[in-house]
Amino acid sequence: MTAPEAKFRIIVGALALLWVAVSSYPVAAQQPTSVNPTKSAVNEQQLLQQLQRIQGRGSIPDTKSYTIEQPAGRDWRHFHEVILRWIGAIAILGVLGLLVIFYLLRGMVRIESGRSGQTILRFNAAERFVHWMTATCFIILALSGLNITFGKPLLLPLMSPEAFTAWSEWAKYAHNYLSFPFTLGVILIFFMWIAGNIPNRVDIEWFRRGGGMIGHNHPPAYRFNGGQKLIYWIVVLGGSAIAVSGYLLMFPFYGTDIQTMQNAEMAHGVIAMLFIAAMLGHIYIGTIGMEGAFEAMGEGTIDINWAKEHHELWLEHDARARSNQLRTQPAETPGE
Amino acid sequence: MARMKFLCDADRCIECNACVTACKNEHEVPWGINRRRVVTINDGKPGERSVSMACMHCTDAPCQAVCPVDAFYTTADGVVLHSKDICIGCGYCFYACPFGAPQYPRIGNFGSRGKMDKCTYCAGGPEPDGSMAEYEKYGANRLAEGKLPLCAEMCSTRSLLAGDGEIIAQIYKERVIKRGYGSGAWGWKTAYRETITS
Repeated sequence: MTAPEAKFRIIVGALALLWVAVSSYPVAAQQPTSVNPTKSAVNEQQLLQQLQRIQGRGSIPDTKSYTIEQPAGRDWRHFHEVILRWIGAIAILGVLGLLVIFYLLRGMVRIESGRSGQTILRFNAAERFVHWMTATCFIILALSGLNITFGKPLLLPLMSPEAFTAWSEWAKYAHNYLSFPFTLGVILIFFMWIAGNIPNRVDIEWFRRGGGMIGHNHPPAYRFNGGQKLIYWIVVLGGSAIAVSGYLLMFPFYGTDIQTMQNAEMAHGVIAMLFIAAMLGHIYIGTIGMEGAFEAMGEGTIDINWAKEHHELWLEHDARARSNQLRTQPAETPGE
Repeated sequence: MARMKFLCDADRCIECNACVTACKNEHEVPWGINRRRVVTINDGKPGERSVSMACMHCTDAPCQAVCPVDAFYTTADGVVLHSKDICIGCGYCFYACPFGAPQYPRIGNFGSRGKMDKCTYCAGGPEPDGSMAEYEKYGANRLAEGKLPLCAEMCSTRSLLAGDGEIIAQIYKERVIKRGYGSGAWGWKTAYRETITS
């Protein structure tokens, strides 16, 4: 093969290749129907199925606004408007109903041996102060909280919208600010009465005998009986849970997202309803349910016979020593 | 009566934020409050989409349902409005809202959020239409003047549509048929329990 001939064949071959390349290129470019511009596009339904909410990137400082869709709000609405109301109504009205039935059947638990006339210190002034501070806060917190759940269907029809708003706004501020003394009270109660509230074997016997509520045999108890220990732990654990969930709500979106806020509100609501129901029982037994019980937290002193019937072991072990001590210190007057 | 709705055609939104600016200016919305915002999903990746989102004026609105003081009302046009005189700033509407629409003037510690503010569909509030009291609390009432929300009117790509639900759904359907694709009417299923399929 001569050199010019070889050159010619290379040029022809190159031209042929170029023609193939050039002619095939427009074919691909002329088919826009084969290109789907939304092939990789985000899909709303797919995103919602994967993540339950749709988030992106925004251009304003408010990062909450980057969530553009959270259908979970609908579920939260159902909880708040339907489920929580049922829980609250059943728990609170249920306990009230049971207490009324119990009162009608059993009546007030009397001091069976009558009053001795002799009294003994049960709760000192500091203990009573902490109790009543917590209790007062609790009642206001409970009423202002119930207003958020039940105010619209129960109270609003009875007053003008403006009056209801004024009351609700004050209730909201009371709820937020009284949470501080309430939480302090729960903490103080925890430390103040922890010594007498560790569950022990005596409590099993106490619960087995129904706490002496039914029938007329009072099981022995130390300073706090099984029922009081139950109330103590409801206040300490329930109070802590309600404080934590409440402060999450009071400082919205501090390290929390929309889902955490919804969960905190749900926990706060359910615990609050059960807490209120439990406290109704506590209020009942501390007032009309039992003769001689209120004065323990009222004046701080109780009748010796009441102590014998309800806290026999406490009277024997602790109170004797303490009352002897008091008698030697006449300057300190119990009940103030 | 028309049933007013918003529809954001995400395949057209170019994230120019003109709707956000128009809204803020038209209603003199205070600093820190955004009644409308544009959010980009999968930003910087293939197939990213931007969606302009505000109150969708839901059917059976969750905010209205959870409000403990009944501050909300739905107009005959299906627009969800609220009274700032009744609102106590509890923040519950924000938890219930699927679209993050409610806004509060303050951060909200100790329950001090202030009166809630949100998109009014350019329809003001309970005060007399076009009154100064209405403007100060809720901004302009364009609907009473026979005008549609300014965000949609301003939209340069006609991505954001406002108007009667059936009409804007029809416009969107025709677009999808003509161009052959559509990423859907964002939020419609959550807000109105319906989807637009062509």
